Amino acid sequence: MDGDLGLWVIPLAIIGGAIRVSTPFLFVSLGEVLTERSGRINLGLEGTLVFGAMSGYALAYLTGSPWIGVAAAALCGAIFGLLHGVICSLPKVNDIAVGIAMMILGMGLAFYFGKPFVQPVAPDLPAISFGWWSDVTQIRAALQVNVLFLIGAVLAFVIWWMLRATKIGLVLRVVGDSTDAARAMGLRPNLIRALATAVGGAFAGVGGAYLSLYYPGSWNEGISSGQGLMAVALVIFARWNPIACFGAALLFGGAGALGPTLQSVGISEGYYLFFAAPYVLTLGVLIATSSPTRAMTGAPGELSITK
Amino acid sequence: MDQNAIRAAHTVSQTPLGLATWVRRAEAIVLPFGALLVGFAVFSIFLLFQGKAPSEFFSLVYRGGFGTAFSWQNTLSRAAPLLLAALCVALPARLGLVVIGGEGAIVLGGVAAGATGVALSGMPAGLAMPIIMFIAMMVGAIWIGAVGALRHFRGVNETISSLLMAYIAIALMNHLVEGPLRDPASLNKPSTAPLQEALRVGNISGWDVHWGLVFGVICCVLAWVLMEKTTWGFAARIAGGNIRAAQVQGLPVGWLVVGFTALGGAIAGLAGFFEVAAVHGSANASLAGGYGYTGILIAFLARHNPLAIIPVAILLAGFEASSGLVQRRMDLPDATILVLQGFVFMSILISETLYGRFKIFAPERWRAA
Repeated sequence: MDGDLGLWVIPLAIIGGAIRVSTPFLFVSLGEVLTERSGRINLGLEGTLVFGAMSGYALAYLTGSPWIGVAAAALCGAIFGLLHGVICSLPKVNDIAVGIAMMILGMGLAFYFGKPFVQPVAPDLPAISFGWWSDVTQIRAALQVNVLFLIGAVLAFVIWWMLRATKIGLVLRVVGDSTDAARAMGLRPNLIRALATAVGGAFAGVGGAYLSLYYPGSWNEGISSGQGLMAVALVIFARWNPIACFGAALLFGGAGALGPTLQSVGISEGYYLFFAAPYVLTLGVLIATSSPTRAMTGAPGELSITK
Repeated sequence: MDQNAIRAAHTVSQTPLGLATWVRRAEAIVLPFGALLVGFAVFSIFLLFQGKAPSEFFSLVYRGGFGTAFSWQNTLSRAAPLLLAALCVALPARLGLVVIGGEGAIVLGGVAAGATGVALSGMPAGLAMPIIMFIAMMVGAIWIGAVGALRHFRGVNETISSLLMAYIAIALMNHLVEGPLRDPASLNKPSTAPLQEALRVGNISGWDVHWGLVFGVICCVLAWVLMEKTTWGFAARIAGGNIRAAQVQGLPVGWLVVGFTALGGAIAGLAGFFEVAAVHGSANASLAGGYGYTGILIAFLARHNPLAIIPVAILLAGFEASSGLVQRRMDLPDATILVLQGFVFMSILISETLYGRFKIFAPERWRAA
């Protein structure tokens, strides 16, 4: 066998692409699961993702260590999340509108501070090659798995267990299902929601750092194009279940990899339409899973988006 | 609220345009204006941290946006699409819907205008123009109307769906402009074939501002009449306040939702039409210029009041018009205006929490203390 896989290249490239593209979806959606389980929604994660990409890239470039970049992105994301959480604690403030404003602010700040970092080259995050057993270059390329993807996969199970079996998980679920019940238990819903939003923001920041530090692996103003927002929709699709988020992220990643894959094998007809595939998929999933009459199964009771 | 306060509020509302009424209305002007100033202040602190002088920034904005006749014309040209884009947010907002994907209707309205304009070349302009405009508006209406329909009939969150559809619209435009509708003569920047001279929208006589501005202002006034003076606007407000109550009263909530979103979309489509017929001359990627997103901020700043949209849109258009001057003189990145918008938007939303907190704006409570 001399590396000629014929049409098998396409599914292989999509699987490989899915693993590469899904990581930001995975991180943003895991963070948003925590936020939404606490009863609040953060649409600003798109801005957080972009700012995380910028700050991660900038710090990785300045320090020479991609991991410092990831940490910086997480910290910035946490600050953005905390800001969102605290502002939404004020009475009469609409969390969806604040999310849109945070999106604009996050992007504005990222583009503002990111201008000097468009040209320089920062060190990449490391990847583990699981394709060592094969001589075929495409298989080797497809099985290059980034460490963050593996961390995200493990986190999905950890968060699932945490929500199910720990006190923190119980507190989060109570606060998300009923503010009154939470108050009756002596919990402070606004504080818990602000913290959950901050953690969600930190996750989104890491997702952004993955974009700029691994795939596509450079910083520019068009780096995200709605992935943060799609991840918010993905959480609804995954029914607020972290493990389902992992599967959904892979699915969305596969849809996102469709366009580049087809282009790489020479099919460029309708490239832009394939580029729209993840958005169409997200919209289709939303339409299929929503209902005009009943609240969605598994939805936190306090969530404004499903009420 | 105790009985006295309710009775007092009732008496106050019965005296039309008395002092008390004006005082209560003042809240809706003073609070956003104050929030705007706070947003500017936070941005000034941001600039100071960068070692830039806020005074220089704001004086340059004034010169670039409002200082001369030339800068006024530049500002007003930019205000035209912003007026229309903001209406696309403000109309559905009456029903409590947060539609943020107006950009999609602008883009597709523009593509539709470009394509029909080419198809109708040769037809007398007096006949062709209304058709082109109508089709651009229809495309916009269908695009955002679909968001409303999905919301009402399927319960799909309109904020997320409209934004996803904006991304889909941009991909669709790129596909059409790079592929089926591409003019082979457009080399570096793929575009549709340019519109004939007769099908272009010109300038208001004596000004360097195209007619889109007039249409924008007219649309704002009509939208205000629709919202404030008609039963549809009233019904929409009831449905926005409490959908159950509206259904119990037999209001056609579904039609209201689809109608108001479609109308918003049609107006955004009109913005796309003017971008093509008055500014670019053909449909290309410049259509996705971010007007839809600035429109969200304008609508929120104006508290979804169509008449208030006019001054707010002109203000924000002035900021955008001065952007180039500010960048050159102060060596700031082009995202500076976006940062300013972000701070202002945050400040405006935070100010929502202050409504009803100040006794000065509630005449019925004046004597209580």
